[in-house]
Amino acid sequence: MASGPASAFTGPDAPDLDALRKCVHCGICLPQCPTYHVLGEEMDSPRGRLYLMRAAAEGRIALTETLGQHVDRCLGCRACETACPSGVPFGQLLEATRAQIERHGTPAHRGLLTSFLYRVFPNPARLGTLLGPLRLYQRSGLRRLVRVSGVLRLFPRLAAMEAMLPDLPRGVELPELTGARGTRRGRVGLLTGCVQRHLYPHVNRDTVRLLSVAGYDVVVPRGQGCCGALALHAGRLEEFRGQASALAASLGGEVDWIVTNAAGCGSAMKEYGHWLPDVPAAQALAARTRDVSELLAGAHLPLGRLDATVTYHDACHLAHGQRIRTQPRDLLRRIPGLKLVELMDSDLCCGSAGVYNVLEPGMADALLERKVARILESGASIVASGNPGCLLQIQKGLRARGAAIEVVHPVDLLARALTERA
Amino acid sequence: MALTRKFVDELRAIVGKDGLIVSDEGRLVYECDMHTFYKGLPDAVVLPATSAQVQAIARACRREKIPIVPRGSGTGLIGGAMAARGGVMVGLNRMNAILEVDLPNRCATVQPGLINLWLTNAVRERGWFFAPDPSSQMVSSIGGNVSTNAGGPHCLKYGITTNHVLGLELVTGSGELVQLGGVVADRPGYDLVGAAVGAEGTFGLVTAVTVRMLHAPEAVKTALASFTSMEAAAEAVSAIIAAGMLPAALEMLDSVMIGAINAGVGAGYPEGAAAVLLIELDGPNAEVEAQAVRAAAICRERGALAVRVARDDAERALLWKGRKEAAGAVGRLAPTYLLQDAVVPRSKLPLIMRQMEEIARRHGVLIANVFHAGDGNLHPLICYDDRSAEELARAKLANEELLEAAIALGGSVTGEHGIGLDKAKNLPLQYADADLNFMYRLRGVFDPDRVMNPDKLLPAHPACGEGFRPQRPVVPAGAWV
Repeated sequence: MASGPASAFTGPDAPDLDALRKCVHCGICLPQCPTYHVLGEEMDSPRGRLYLMRAAAEGRIALTETLGQHVDRCLGCRACETACPSGVPFGQLLEATRAQIERHGTPAHRGLLTSFLYRVFPNPARLGTLLGPLRLYQRSGLRRLVRVSGVLRLFPRLAAMEAMLPDLPRGVELPELTGARGTRRGRVGLLTGCVQRHLYPHVNRDTVRLLSVAGYDVVVPRGQGCCGALALHAGRLEEFRGQASALAASLGGEVDWIVTNAAGCGSAMKEYGHWLPDVPAAQALAARTRDVSELLAGAHLPLGRLDATVTYHDACHLAHGQRIRTQPRDLLRRIPGLKLVELMDSDLCCGSAGVYNVLEPGMADALLERKVARILESGASIVASGNPGCLLQIQKGLRARGAAIEVVHPVDLLARALTERA
Repeated sequence: MALTRKFVDELRAIVGKDGLIVSDEGRLVYECDMHTFYKGLPDAVVLPATSAQVQAIARACRREKIPIVPRGSGTGLIGGAMAARGGVMVGLNRMNAILEVDLPNRCATVQPGLINLWLTNAVRERGWFFAPDPSSQMVSSIGGNVSTNAGGPHCLKYGITTNHVLGLELVTGSGELVQLGGVVADRPGYDLVGAAVGAEGTFGLVTAVTVRMLHAPEAVKTALASFTSMEAAAEAVSAIIAAGMLPAALEMLDSVMIGAINAGVGAGYPEGAAAVLLIELDGPNAEVEAQAVRAAAICRERGALAVRVARDDAERALLWKGRKEAAGAVGRLAPTYLLQDAVVPRSKLPLIMRQMEEIARRHGVLIANVFHAGDGNLHPLICYDDRSAEELARAKLANEELLEAAIALGGSVTGEHGIGLDKAKNLPLQYADADLNFMYRLRGVFDPDRVMNPDKLLPAHPACGEGFRPQRPVVPAGAWV
């Protein structure tokens, strides 16, 4: 066979052509894709994006700015992977393609804001420092002033960030070790997460309490950093590998499982094996990572009554990234008095997708609007979801509609129902 | 052909900036449908939102003699939704509303881009369904189903798409917007709906469809019977029909397909069997129960290894998910395949199965089989690696020989996928010149300037009105015809 034109992909981590060729163009992914839902355009569907990636790999097209836009517009929700009967590893291909674009192209929006986001979010210390003044912003009345002034309309991405901020809680210091109660099942290390730690610290506190009641010694290693999910999804592979290696070193102590309560983190950590094949600690971490719902599903929890109608939103990186759908639902159903109602299109992305809602606010809002409409139709008074990004996004959407629906992590409800007091 | 700037501006004025795609990257992803073998780059893609926009596009294209290629979800298997001669591709997927559901009169009117399954989803809770169920139904559009006269597993009992279309709104190639048929059955005059269903966009663009809705049956039972040979399974199919039963579906899969489906969908089909039959019975409870017993007995008489009845809806759904995603799951075996759609009289199934094994062996090709056995409608997927010209050549030979063998047994070149660019050249195997010429003239009534989906359905024709002479369709360099 004659060799064709040169691939637009070069260097290490180029998207795997054989993986791209697994796509037989059947289109089963189209109706599952959030951007195809909103736009109805083939190049903003998984099949179309794979076609563009393959065309680049085969040298039919270059890494143009237009290609970059279609690749950027993908939420990375991986609903297409759930749908795909052919087993195309879309998420990995997307990340590898983004890495190529990072390396070769300089699309217009990769500016100050982007590098700001990627420097602050994945760094718990920096994020914490930044949140101090923001707390002040919220409490001093300055927020009200800014919102009334309408000045944010001039800066849509800034506005998106501002609207997303929940009321910032005070930090919670977790003990370095919490012992198991009752029958001991094992020892786990908890990833406290960047966003979770600062915006939803009580979710970490509740996670520790539930795991302890479930029979686990819970270790919260100090000085743990970021899992690297944001960098990975953006194709900033060097940054990601650095963060992943550091985390593997800090969390890799004597534990049976590494537990996370953030879907995005868990999904990225379970992929370490693919991206860091030569780092044994990262491989080991990937194999031992579990979402909190996976461990709690197999444990006995003494749960009391909690009368509420609850619906459940599938975080993409739980349902599609980790194939975890039944465990959180089963756990919620175990709470006496709690009525779980299904949410239509529960596994269609809410538009949060890491920092996507800041970078692509238009698409994120369109998806959020749909999600909020489905939640309102469900008749639930509480919506539960296992990812802090989703919680932030959905809270923002419901607040904008003036809906008095609570948005919580499932462990929050389990902890409320727990009869054994800490 | 490159479009003039003025013409592109005209398109933009019709569909708006968000409805026009002219970037190289954007057009590239529209160069083929599921049949990736045939590629043709459109000069522009438009995504209209209304019938009026569709009509304005058709008129503008006719005036400039620019080809129009309709497209729904792009899941066709015949090279139908690709721009063989460039021109304007009209993606109807944004026109996906359910316009009216009228269950007392057993019908619904929908826009062409509506995904087939979404119609059933909208009425399922009320106990109704839309019967045509091509395996692509979770993504293919009703407009596309109408244009290819799509079939599906349950068409054995319920009939194909044309049996479920009552009326059409059509923007013809002449630029007229016409209503064909309507809600009431037995419209006076010509059955133009019958003519237009399966026209593959050569008459015009479907902009609304009125379809028949059916009441869901009281009971459904799905069973999986495994056999030691394709022939034995094929004989069981004939025996079930000969016993006077009309199952809702009778699907056959071979061992290659079973492996791919289990890996891809986790459907739990029995590994190790040479063939399985997926048998679905539906109707009144008592009838279904009695028939299930008889069908299972017949399978055992023909040497079935095991007959397993789905215990609940979840297991039933999983068996069907496996069947319906089969064509996608084949991606696990090979990156590309030729998918044949030939039909043989059902009684000839054991014979064609033997011939197929012989053809596969002779050409050294891997063939995965999944098909509508009850209809005698074959779907061999002939696997090849498109990087090897030699492998492709062998796959093509096997493909053509299979088709000829089916015709020799009194069959047809297509059962349900349609003709498109892929099989236009094969039509003379089945039709006389006079028949083809007559179809040409009929096409000319709807599309006098021959702008609608050129090179599809009918073999290329030298000039309107002249005698039919088969000609190679024009396809872009690199593609094979």
